Amino acid sequence: MARTETASSGQTGPAATENSVAAGPRPGFRRRRGLRKKIELTILLTPALVLFAGFVLLPIVIAAYYSLFNYSGFGPLNDFWGLHNYKIAFNDPFFVQAIQHTLILTVLSLVIQLPLSLSLALLLNRKFRGRGFMRLVIFAPYVLPPAVTAVMWSLMLQPGGFVDQVMQAIGLGRLVQLWLANLHLVLYTNFVVLTWQYIGFGIVLLLAGLQGIPTELREAAAIDGATPWQVTKSVVLPLLAPTIRIWVFLTVIGSLQVFDIVWILTEGGPADASQTMVTYMFSDGFRSLEFGYGTAIAVIIFVFCFVFSLIYQRFALRRDTAGALTRAVG
Amino acid sequence: MRSSRAIAAIALAAATATAAAACSGGSSSSSSSSSSSTPVTSTSASPSTSATSAPVTLTWWNNATSGGLLTVWQNAIKSFEASHPGITIQNVPIQNEQFTTKIPPALASSNPPDIYQQWGGGQEETQLASGKLTNLSTDVSSWISELGSAAQNWNVKGGWYGVPYDLHVVGFWYRKDLFAKAGISSPPTTIAQLESDDAKLKAAGITPIAVGSKDRWPDAFWWEYFAVRECPTSVIQQAMSSVSLSNSCFSKATTDLTSFMATNPFQTGFLGTSSQQGAGSSAGMVGEGKAAMELQGDWDPGVMMGDIPAADQKNLYNELGWFPFPTIPGGQGNPKVVLGGGDGFSCTNGAAEPACAEFLQYLDTPAVQKLILGAGVGLPANPAAIGDLTVPAEKVAAQAAGSAPYTAIYFDTAMPTQPGQNLDNAIANFFAGQGGNSQIISSVAGPA
Repeated sequence: MARTETASSGQTGPAATENSVAAGPRPGFRRRRGLRKKIELTILLTPALVLFAGFVLLPIVIAAYYSLFNYSGFGPLNDFWGLHNYKIAFNDPFFVQAIQHTLILTVLSLVIQLPLSLSLALLLNRKFRGRGFMRLVIFAPYVLPPAVTAVMWSLMLQPGGFVDQVMQAIGLGRLVQLWLANLHLVLYTNFVVLTWQYIGFGIVLLLAGLQGIPTELREAAAIDGATPWQVTKSVVLPLLAPTIRIWVFLTVIGSLQVFDIVWILTEGGPADASQTMVTYMFSDGFRSLEFGYGTAIAVIIFVFCFVFSLIYQRFALRRDTAGALTRAVG
Repeated sequence: MRSSRAIAAIALAAATATAAAACSGGSSSSSSSSSSSTPVTSTSASPSTSATSAPVTLTWWNNATSGGLLTVWQNAIKSFEASHPGITIQNVPIQNEQFTTKIPPALASSNPPDIYQQWGGGQEETQLASGKLTNLSTDVSSWISELGSAAQNWNVKGGWYGVPYDLHVVGFWYRKDLFAKAGISSPPTTIAQLESDDAKLKAAGITPIAVGSKDRWPDAFWWEYFAVRECPTSVIQQAMSSVSLSNSCFSKATTDLTSFMATNPFQTGFLGTSSQQGAGSSAGMVGEGKAAMELQGDWDPGVMMGDIPAADQKNLYNELGWFPFPTIPGGQGNPKVVLGGGDGFSCTNGAAEPACAEFLQYLDTPAVQKLILGAGVGLPANPAAIGDLTVPAEKVAAQAAGSAPYTAIYFDTAMPTQPGQNLDNAIANFFAGQGGNSQIISSVAGPA
């Protein structure tokens, strides 16, 4: 208690502490400070809280409410269905398939993009000629609008298109497929394009993390006789773990919400073979004008993301953020 | 007691203010804007002061964001405003696909646009539930009959809640030069001949037919045309109004399509091909001579032109031909019936009348219709302008549409939106080898 009061009085050092404890601020002064703090908090927090409530919490509540109706988007909300929209969703094999596709994309992102991003980040963290250019080239796709990426790849992936021609030129002509028309392949084609677009982000994030690792630690390990692999495994990766955990979080949430590239590339087709949860929601909500049903799908997606966020925060991210926030305000 | 009265008075005042604000949304006018319940008769698109004496502004949402149609609309606004003093049209071009997401919230709001893009039929009927569409029946009754038979699609639930400015007809666009190369002297008139011609084209190393299955609706054209040839007109009409495909002729359509697709008439990888975007699209393939035919709407030549060099465009106009969907042995449908639709506009309740209706009528006058034709976006809604078509094949298509005893509206438009889209999905899945006749027939039933 004494230390808190000392801190709040702005005095420092042992002598100051003793003086403060001995005299202590006057009760009226303390009340005024408390009131001032409350006013400050109210003024500073209210706009943010109002915006958060108005543009985040309220839409969620309204969406949950709309999802209980059979609603085309026109006219009054008067056909109450209860949880029927949710029942339809989970009984619809196409929606279940869309969930599976989304989970496949999520797992593939983690299993393939993480090692790839990490390897390239480690490579680009070394000093070599043309490193700056290489970094630029690898990051460039990320700054392209996803719509541009999707249109560009949809042209290149046409039968006999650029991709097929390149494969034939390098002797891989026998592996050419109908990239966007093969029902068994189209989801993975989408994944390749998604990886091309977003791999740069993972690399930059991990590069930033690598920059934060003191070189002295690596040098000390090397002096102790550690091989480069041992340095990476025992020094670099553990220190990079917080960055990796953030990358995993962003990637999983991004994969659960994937829409733009898939929609432009295939519209979730052919025959729903590349349908994700969000393309399914858009298709049923806006194109078929089943707003009540589409909103129920949106709520399901929200629950997926929210539950994952809570679990991940509790078991993975907490160790990174513990104290960073709680200590400051506690 | 006193306080509750005060609260009630405040609530009433607030409600009145809100209602007044809502009513004044859309068109800004110093006079009272008449709603759908009290339309004012207007019989002429000629220079008019109309019943609206005070200046009004009408916001107009349309899909002409670029190209020829944008210029047409800009010129039409200028000439309309010049001949209708006091009426100002505020042009708001919106990208076509955005209407899907913009119209529902706009019609749910208290301030919808005064005029917005409309496609008629079941979609118009779906939007009618919003209570925001103006019944233009009184305003258009004196001249709407001048439009072709396809305009009937815009009369829903006994009222004119939308008016077309162009009409569309679906048929085969084909390359005369590729037909000649394959030794085909005249376009097919029966499905058997079409299959035979496909074989000849394949033998000559030419892809017979291009289809943009990625967009789903081009697939639907195929199944729907087989249904139109198999089913009597009365059955089609009944099916659209009752939203039921239970008549056995619809199942026959699936059988016909199955048999036809077994001949592999389409390009390699057609499931991933878009219909209109770029040289790799189905339209682009025909435009560039990589495929001989495409079953598409009358707008297809305009799309093809955008995919080829300007120097080749004149040649393409000469090489393009059009023929109607072939007949089917034993089919109960009238072989002259065509599949089609159209583009148009609806007025909302906040729009000043008869100014809004007068503007829609103005867009259907021969003068504006000729401008629309020049933009190459569709066939004229007003048959009086057909003579101004310049592409020979388009004239053939327009004449087929004009002489058709009935225009079957695209099923996804004729039906309410939800079953219409479900039907498109089921047919697209069928094209991809997923699902069969029962899925197509039951798709319009909606969720259980």
